[in-house]
Amino acid sequence: MDALVNKRIAKVIKGDQDAFAEIVELYQHQLYQICYRMLGNKHEAEDIAQEAFMRAYVNIHTFDQKRKFSTWLYRIATNLCIDRIRKKKPDYHLDAEVRGAEGLNMYSSIANDDQLPEDELVKMEVQERVQYEISRLPDKYRAAIVLKYIEELPLAEISEILDLPLGTVKTRIHRGREALRKQLSNL
Amino acid sequence: MKTCPDYIVQYMNDYLDGDLEPSKERVLKENLATCQDCQKIYHELNKTIAFVQSASHIEAPKGFVEATMNKLPKQKQRSGAQRWFKQHPLLTAAAIFFVMMSAVLFSDFNNEQQFSFTKQPNVVVEGNTVIVPEGEVVTGDITVRNGDLRVDGELHGDVTVVNGQYMASSGVITGEVEEIDQVFDWLWYTIKNGFKDAASIFNNEDAMIGE
Repeated sequence: MDALVNKRIAKVIKGDQDAFAEIVELYQHQLYQICYRMLGNKHEAEDIAQEAFMRAYVNIHTFDQKRKFSTWLYRIATNLCIDRIRKKKPDYHLDAEVRGAEGLNMYSSIANDDQLPEDELVKMEVQERVQYEISRLPDKYRAAIVLKYIEELPLAEISEILDLPLGTVKTRIHRGREALRKQLSNL
Repeated sequence: MKTCPDYIVQYMNDYLDGDLEPSKERVLKENLATCQDCQKIYHELNKTIAFVQSASHIEAPKGFVEATMNKLPKQKQRSGAQRWFKQHPLLTAAAIFFVMMSAVLFSDFNNEQQFSFTKQPNVVVEGNTVIVPEGEVVTGDITVRNGDLRVDGELHGDVTVVNGQYMASSGVITGEVEEIDQVFDWLWYTIKNGFKDAASIFNNEDAMIGE
């Protein structure tokens, strides 16, 4: 797989844009999934995933081919997601009133520290609820949890993607898991 | 309600990550067997993991690849031409050769509509006709463009007439006689001469005068 990807990368570096399409083809679903779970919104996920591929393309010559391409790509994407989450926070209050009227789908699109009323939670479908609970996690725990439990990546790889020491990754996963446990204690 | 010791919660987390030492694992298991709160936490943690992992697999929307490719910076597209050249070196060389040759040839052919001829001593010009007079001996080649050539005397060399006529007469020519009237003849002649010139590039006797 890595040899295959590196061959494509070598072509891209030579200027073959079509070879990059094959790379996008290979990683689109996983990358999109990370973005979607991080952001909780389809449009934003698509936007950020595309942005991540675009940056990977522009900076492809800086990629060290001895390393794993997916790690490098996911790192670009998670950084973009975290940036997006942090930028979104200020206009969070603007949405507050709209959200009540728009129903549940809007909730999952916003990093949310508030707990929804109990009866609304019960009405949620499981998939909706999962995304909602992930979205409530602080962004630094969220990235670790998504990579660990949605992408099912080894801790060593997560530590490389997030550019954090292994110990820190473990702590974040522990805390993220603990936070989720508390959020779900009524389940 | 007593709270479970932090280190037990830490053990649980390490255990869930799959890196708890066997000795600590024993401690954890003993604890779980005796402490209901610990059991509850442990059970909830497992439920939490199962819950997160129940998240369905998400796929990128249809057309994602195309949309992404369309977003890539366009200036890189320019290298498409470069890539083509790299992939077809022979065709590229042929194309460049053809373009340059035709440029040279056609410009030569079109621009040199003027009457001109190779400067040689003893040669007489009458209107657009170059004459080697009777009794004269010319040594060397003669090229006449857009004019005629008449040899009444002796010419020790080749004759080339472009867009004109070589008028046969009583003269003596020791070299070859060539008349060129058409573009393609001219083209062929130029290519032929190109090779000849390349062979004797420093031997330039073909000094032209324009009139």
